[in-house]
Amino acid sequence: MTSELTTGQRQAALIFLAVFAIGGLFLAAFGRADPIAGHGWLVLVFALLSLFGVLTRYYDPEPAADRSGEYYDTPVKVGIILAMIWAVIGMFVGDWVAWLLVNPNLTFVDEAWASFGRLRPVHTTGVIFGFGGNALIATSFYVVQRTCRTRLAGHLSPLFVLWGYNLFCLLAVTGYLWGINQSKEYAEPEWYADLWLVIVWVAYLVLYLRTLARRKEPHIYVSNWYYLAFILVVAVLHIVNGLALPLSWASAKSYSLFSGVQDAMTQWWYGHNAVAFFLTSGFLGMMYYYLPKRAERPIFSYRLSIISFWGITFFYMWAGSHHLHYTALPHWVQTLGMTFSVMLLVPSWASAGNALLTLNGAWHRVRDDATLRFMFVAAVFYGLSTFEGSFMAIRSVNALSHYTDWTVGHVHAGALGWVAMITFGAIYASVPWLWETKDHVVAASRRSPLLARARRHPHLRFRDVELWHHPGPYVAHL
Amino acid sequence: MSVDERDPHSGYKTTGHEWNGIKELNTPVPRPVYFFLVAAFLFSVVYWVLMPAWPTGLSYTKGLLGIDQRTSVAREVAGAEAGRAAWTQKLEEMPFDQALADPALMTRVRESAPSLFGDNCAACHGQNGGGAPGFPNLRDDAWLWGSAPDAIAETIRAGVNSGHPDAHMSQMMAFGRDQLLPQEDVRAVVAYVRSLFAARAPAPSAALTRGAEVFAGNCASCHGARGEGNQQLGAPNLTDDEWLYGGDQESVFQTVWSGRQGQMPAWEARLTLAQRRMLTLYLIDQQRRAE
Amino acid sequence: MFGLHYKLEKKALALVLAIIGVSSIGGLVEIAPLFTIDQTVEEAPDMRVLTPLELAGRNIYIREGCNACHSQMIRTLRDEVERYGPYSRAAESQYDHPMLWGSKRTGPDLARLGGKYSDAWHTAHLNNPRDLVPQSVMPAYAWLSRHQLRIDDLQLHLRRLRTLGVPYTEAMIENASADAAGQAAPNTDRAWSVAERYGEATNIRDFDGQPGAPTEMDALVAYLQMLGRQTTIADRPVDEEGAE
Ligand code: HEC
Ligand code: HEC
Ligand code: HEC
Ligand code: HEM
Ligand code: HEM
Ligand SMILES: [Ca+2]
Ligand SMILES: [Ca+2]
Ligand SMILES: [Cu+2]
Repeated sequence: MTSELTTGQRQAALIFLAVFAIGGLFLAAFGRADPIAGHGWLVLVFALLSLFGVLTRYYDPEPAADRSGEYYDTPVKVGIILAMIWAVIGMFVGDWVAWLLVNPNLTFVDEAWASFGRLRPVHTTGVIFGFGGNALIATSFYVVQRTCRTRLAGHLSPLFVLWGYNLFCLLAVTGYLWGINQSKEYAEPEWYADLWLVIVWVAYLVLYLRTLARRKEPHIYVSNWYYLAFILVVAVLHIVNGLALPLSWASAKSYSLFSGVQDAMTQWWYGHNAVAFFLTSGFLGMMYYYLPKRAERPIFSYRLSIISFWGITFFYMWAGSHHLHYTALPHWVQTLGMTFSVMLLVPSWASAGNALLTLNGAWHRVRDDATLRFMFVAAVFYGLSTFEGSFMAIRSVNALSHYTDWTVGHVHAGALGWVAMITFGAIYASVPWLWETKDHVVAASRRSPLLARARRHPHLRFRDVELWHHPGPYVAHL
Repeated sequence: MSVDERDPHSGYKTTGHEWNGIKELNTPVPRPVYFFLVAAFLFSVVYWVLMPAWPTGLSYTKGLLGIDQRTSVAREVAGAEAGRAAWTQKLEEMPFDQALADPALMTRVRESAPSLFGDNCAACHGQNGGGAPGFPNLRDDAWLWGSAPDAIAETIRAGVNSGHPDAHMSQMMAFGRDQLLPQEDVRAVVAYVRSLFAARAPAPSAALTRGAEVFAGNCASCHGARGEGNQQLGAPNLTDDEWLYGGDQESVFQTVWSGRQGQMPAWEARLTLAQRRMLTLYLIDQQRRAE
Repeated sequence: MFGLHYKLEKKALALVLAIIGVSSIGGLVEIAPLFTIDQTVEEAPDMRVLTPLELAGRNIYIREGCNACHSQMIRTLRDEVERYGPYSRAAESQYDHPMLWGSKRTGPDLARLGGKYSDAWHTAHLNNPRDLVPQSVMPAYAWLSRHQLRIDDLQLHLRRLRTLGVPYTEAMIENASADAAGQAAPNTDRAWSVAERYGEATNIRDFDGQPGAPTEMDALVAYLQMLGRQTTIADRPVDEEGAE
């Protein structure tokens, strides 16, 4: 990674990491009597290790001055590797907590950290934020460059986003084990981790917008609408739901700003839309790139893309109260949550339909190409879980399903069937593209002679084509 | 928006854009999408008109049906109560022995009581009433406070050491910890108590003799001269083999050394009269069937 | 419409603004009125605050993630009301920062748990649930009795909550640590002042049966024994309009 940075950037990274290490030390010192000290040490070690990593490569030769003709794929590769590491951790813990529900004595040790209540959020955070988040960041970096025909707008900042984001995930899961937990579902990390994520997220947004601004295509591709909605709305949700008053600057504990019914509504406005904009919107962005790419088919309908994008962006935000049916939340809010959830099914199925109809003309590929089959399964599960969700949002159905394993089943239809499958499809597709070829921004217009050459000389195509036994004009991958 | 480039497979025009090889067709939105969108919207509008739905600043629209979840559930609960009224009234008014002889009523009790017992009592007394260390077995014929149905119903209503004004109060003193007896005497009386159950009676010894003396001086006031117990005080019978806290040496020693004060919650506020009487009938019925 | 979009998707910032605009509406309409409509949270004049010991117990409940398996929200459904008692009212969690309504019931609802079981039962149950409920899958929390409760920073906890609107008095805040110890040490002077400050109905007991400084078990059991007992509002019926 370091070898991709200029000397100036290397120095900036060193200074930043040193400052960060000192910050960690301060946290450890001032929070001595509090669990937050553990996180001070964690930050210190994390910063020092990174510092060491930069130093060992400090004297590597500098990269070429102008690299605008190449995509910046190092952060993509790093993000994919991190996503896979988190997938292993998160799903292992998922399996572990499942066994604890069979036999609670499997904790083996009589220690707090080993109990179900502390491990369960390690699973949810590990898979949603660790696995899902890294996959989204990595693929968004990949997709935005290709669809804008430009290099990422920054060298240090993509690495910072990944570094900072994974530090956040680490603070989160270690925190639960140490007993630091805000109790807000899917937002369990405490105030300082939340604040840190805001900084990282703003850097992500700025980087994304600057890259879009550099694009060489007049139109912004659908994938980027979705990635943009994901980044923007998650920021708003995270900030509002995270509002809290810390005990002190040197204490991990905070009290949330809202209480009771207002807190419940805010929490599930967040929680439901974490599903919508993290687990749905972001991954739809992924699907809109990798699925047509792999199927080598045009998107079925541009107009349908528009309808479903704005439908999802608008309707989802009303649906959070379906998590609070029959509770002390006033009845009128429940009515809105239910009706909007029902209307939400239409744009959701429109998206799923748009994806599946895109495969028209490429069904033989679905049969032959395992990568595409992942994406096909994902689109089917996307349709199934949104149908189930709208069904469960009906009050009288929710009377039965709420509080039960039905919800957990619905969650995993979405989370494993949709989120994990589309991610596996995207990763299977991009790994050979990334590791076995060197990409170049296609400088000329899409009507470039390169395209024609690629069509005429199949041997120019890279190896994954041979691996998956199907030919295709991957123009940009020459 | 579209250009004259047609997709050979579907025959639709494309939008003319291309992003790294990805194109889009300018296919019109399929009709059913609009249809379902409008249908879902109309459904919602009807629902909004009928039910509480939209905020209006300081209040909200109440809906034409005048339904609110809180009044709905109140009505449903009241309806269910009315449906049960015939036999809950019987439960409340009929004397226990008459109720026990009423097969129709007892069928009801056998149907309904297990889940009531499961939700409220099983945590302490076990799913089938078998008890646990410190929590009495409700299926044997050893009763701390008497086997009469009214006595049982009263224990359920007010509890034991529960803080309820009518609660039974009972306490087994901490003879060792509070230094009411020297350690040797505690040992001796423990041995003596353990010898009271006839089937296990050991050979007479000096310790047992001492134990008997200690017992007569300290314990008989509550547990009776022969350890037969006292249901006025909730002092258990020590001559049967039914133990509340365990009959092994360790447990009996603990009991005498540190004392005991079992607590049974009062259910008057949580359960209705009919429910409490139903549980009483259920316990007696269970015990009779076990015999 | 599609023509408009055709233009919109050429401008990243316009797209940003459109997304923010379209996505804000739902939240605003559903959340803001919850602060303005009075009926949302009923008046509960008898509502009392958590004692410092109970508050510490609540924080342990959060820390251990009990809310992963237990709800504290009885819904307005007949079966729930018949099993758990009156459905939960908004007023009952008005001092809960954050609320602990929960979303999954692997175990039972706990909203009206206070007084249902004895302290000894809770201690034994948390120590190892399977001693009392053989088929239980709840984790054992035996270490709670071994951990001393941290009480030195409780003043700060109460003070922050007062900033957020929980009506703690200055005397409650000043004496938070002493009150936490006092509530678990009956028949001491400190225990008397807890009753004075928080009311006669406060549970003042040695919750875990181990005399001495309070343990985490004391705090958690004190919290569990208080659940559903901060106000009697839930016993008040509502009329046909849905108002009190
Ligand atoms: C917190 C635990 C607990 C719960 C819950 C509980 N009990 Fe008890 N119960 C006890 C204890 C402890 C005793 C023994 C009290 C004593 O030491 O005298 C007892 C005693 C009794 C007795 C008297 C037994 C005798 O031998 O005289 C009856 C009857 C009884 N319980 C019925 C019930 C019923 C019915 C319920 C449910 C509605 C119930 N209990 C719930 C703990 C409990
Ligand atoms: C003040 C009355 C009182 C006196 C005096 C008293 N007991 Fe008890 N004893 C009780 C009560 C009440 C219980 C039941 C406690 C409970 O239900 O938690 C009990 C329980 C017991 C038990 C437990 C029985 C079981 O089933 O596990 C034993 C053993 C026992 N007493 C022995 C003694 C001995 C020995 C002495 C004298 C040294 C003694 N008691 C003196 C009231 C008394
Ligand atoms: C793995 C899920 C799980 C976790 C985590 C869990 N519980 Fe439970 N809990 C259960 C189950 C299942 C039951 C029902 C069986 C039983 O009583 O043990 C239960 C029962 C209870 C009961 C009895 C409720 C009643 O009305 O019978 C209480 C009180 C309780 N839990 C408190 C807690 C507390 C406090 C924590 C956290 C420190 C906790 N639980 C964590 C699963 C869990
Ligand atoms: C190996 C695969 C997995 C296993 C064995 C697994 C297992 C589990 C278990 C046991 C629970 C707790 C259920 C309960 O409390 O009753 C859970 C919850 C959850 N899991 Fe998974 N999981 C897996 C994969 C995933 C993935 C890939 C995701 C997301 C991308 C995910 C997201 C969640 C979420 C969001 C919850 C919380 C559900 C709720 O609160 O309703 N899981 N999982
Ligand atoms: C139209 C789309 C959807 C609707 C209307 C919907 C609706 C619902 C409903 C009604 C619940 C149950 C709430 C409760 O009773 O507590 C729920 C829970 C959940 N859904 Fe969906 N769902 C949709 C799509 C998805 C998708 C695609 C995913 C995952 C990728 C997902 C993830 C979840 C999760 C994680 C929960 C559990 C929340 C909790 O912890 O309680 N949903 N959803
Ligand atoms: Ca948080
Ligand atoms: Ca949940
Ligand atoms: Cu939802």
